[in-house]
Amino acid sequence: MEVIYTGVHQTPEQVVETALQEDADAIGVSLLSGAHNYVFPRIAELMKEKGMDDVLLFGGGIIPEEDAERLKEHGVERVFQPGASLEEIVTYLRDAVAQKRGG
Amino acid sequence: MSSASDLLERARSGNTRSIARLLTIVENDEPDAAEVMRELYPLTGTARVVGVTGPPGGGKSTLVSRLAGAYRDRGDRVAVVAIDPSSPFTGGAILGDRIRMRERFLDQGLFIRSMASRGHSGGVARATMRVVHILDALGVGTVLVETVGVGQEEVEVVRVADTVCLVTVPGLGDDIQAIKAGVLEIADVLVVNKADRPGADEAVRDLAMMQSLGTRGGSGRQRGLEREGSQWRAPILRTSAFENTGIAELMAAIARHGEWARESGEQDRRRRDAARAEVETLLREALVKQVTDRIGPAAVDAAIARVAARELDPYAAVEGLLGA
Repeated sequence: MEVIYTGVHQTPEQVVETALQEDADAIGVSLLSGAHNYVFPRIAELMKEKGMDDVLLFGGGIIPEEDAERLKEHGVERVFQPGASLEEIVTYLRDAVAQKRGG
Repeated sequence: MSSASDLLERARSGNTRSIARLLTIVENDEPDAAEVMRELYPLTGTARVVGVTGPPGGGKSTLVSRLAGAYRDRGDRVAVVAIDPSSPFTGGAILGDRIRMRERFLDQGLFIRSMASRGHSGGVARATMRVVHILDALGVGTVLVETVGVGQEEVEVVRVADTVCLVTVPGLGDDIQAIKAGVLEIADVLVVNKADRPGADEAVRDLAMMQSLGTRGGSGRQRGLEREGSQWRAPILRTSAFENTGIAELMAAIARHGEWARESGEQDRRRRDAARAEVETLLREALVKQVTDRIGPAAVDAAIARVAARELDPYAAVEGLLGA
């Protein structure tokens, strides 16, 4: 797995442009600021605009359950809560990316 | 997924996603790579390719970001190819060069691509060359290739460059010896970055000394001239990527080297060497594949097993396989 780390405090526009240029299979956003209800839908919207329908969007951070449910409707396929194990995240990513790009 | 010709058409019209896909295809040497290269290779040869290498912690990414900005200001379309090592244990990589370039993430005239070395010897150099070809063909004026320069692999990587900049910093002290002789020799421009720090004079002096040790003849070299006839002596420049000083001087030195390389025939020579390396590698791979296809991978494995068991020597194994 090759991870391109962009540094903190990226705007949704920057995140999507980076994923485009790098031909990323998945975009993972870690968010602790509470801005998830804005940031994730905006990223999903930009992804749709750019035709990135085979790119996985997932995230993690301090995100209340009910928000996580709503974010799923916006195309955030999975939200990891604090305490999620690396193993769990890696396994999920392997399967989900294979499905996205293969199917 | 769309076909290669669709991708090519969209990439030519500037579609970022299609350009990125093309780069992936050639980086991974996917089946479409041959078609992509057939279409685009005739369009290559106009980009200026600048390699930036040096020990870790030298501020290469920041410097590359500054250079990219300065070339952009002149109106060039610019691409950065930033190469980081893969873990030899997991094969994975964390590519963090973009962190230093974030102020430019939304500049449509700048394309940044991260690459992992993926651990196969020489492989990254070939993949880099293909990626640079694509960017060149798509009209990028300046391609900056950045790599951690500590060994043979990096020397191979920067072969793609028309001009190679070696970046070091004050305070490395004797560690400057860590810049292996071979790496110093490939440098066309020497840069002491973070020159606002104490020890910059010493770093410049150390480089000049190491350079004089490696000098072969040429009175111009002894007099410290940058160029004399067919000889080029790498100038030593001071920059501070952080304070954004010395960048214009660095660009001027890169331009002077480019001019010398064109006039002296050095550029042609490098491009011929690079083309030779590319063709010979592909030829080798094709021949191995041809032989393997003919006699079957099982026969190759069997021969390898016999060599490992000391029943057969490697030369005899190859002879046997080719004669099979």
